[in-house]
Amino acid sequence: MTARCAPGPVTRADEPCGAAPRRARAAAGDGAGKDAEDGRGMRADIVLHARASDSSVRALLHELRAGLAGRGVPEQLRGTVEQAVAEALNNIVEHAYGGVPGGAIALEARIGARGLRCTLRDRGAPLPGHAPPAGRPPRLDTTPEALPEGGFGWFLIRSLAQEVDYAREAGTNRLTLGFDLPAPAPR
Amino acid sequence: MKLHETRHDGISTVTVAEPRIDAAAAIRFKDAMRSITTGGPDHVVLDLSQVLFVDSSGLGAIVAAMKQMGPGRRLDLAGLTPDVAKVFRLTRMDSVFVIHDGAVRAGARDAG
Repeated sequence: MTARCAPGPVTRADEPCGAAPRRARAAAGDGAGKDAEDGRGMRADIVLHARASDSSVRALLHELRAGLAGRGVPEQLRGTVEQAVAEALNNIVEHAYGGVPGGAIALEARIGARGLRCTLRDRGAPLPGHAPPAGRPPRLDTTPEALPEGGFGWFLIRSLAQEVDYAREAGTNRLTLGFDLPAPAPR
Repeated sequence: MKLHETRHDGISTVTVAEPRIDAAAAIRFKDAMRSITTGGPDHVVLDLSQVLFVDSSGLGAIVAAMKQMGPGRRLDLAGLTPDVAKVFRLTRMDSVFVIHDGAVRAGARDAG
């Protein structure tokens, strides 16, 4: 349990998950990283931190995309992951932290043989009803003047991720998005 | 937000010279589009060939740019890169806009 994110009070405001930096060192170390594995054999390959602001989110996404490329994730999946994670991060900035800049956001990405999972943590307001929205498609059967200028975020997340898991744990929002790697071509 | 406009045969082609229209850029994009389209041609083609990423805020800003042009005017899109095309396809926004394969073709079409 040493590498688990311990729910409960976090004294340093920039670390929603106190265990995250240790995971980063384990993953970046000699390659053993034993305590950074979860039950699926996925390692915390990428650990990134951001502050609640549009520019910090943009910088985190840039690092995430570069990190995925450096670990051999196919380009198409990198785009899918960046899109879904971007929408989730925008929601954290805009809704969980209510547009107030500075709140801490942590991202862990694990890459396994069959897929990739990104876990986002923040200490802002919980999702309404403590559940991720259904993400209904935008209503386009309307006049041009009434076309929606927003509300696409959860629809895109639901469309792009094969797994969406949310929990509110001791004042921390944890959102995990799972993505399947394309199946290898049969030999 | 860097936008470049060229006019040809009554069509304004606006090229977005930045790689992202995201939450950090959405409002600046919308404002820049307002100043560039106000008083200009009724037919505008937005060249997105240099844009690699559009999030829901950016998508909303493109819709807003179209709406703020007012009735009787038209905003087409051109040069969508793969990830941007996917966002328009998933949200079905590709049914709202006329989307050209390439910006040059859309702008030069009337010139033959």
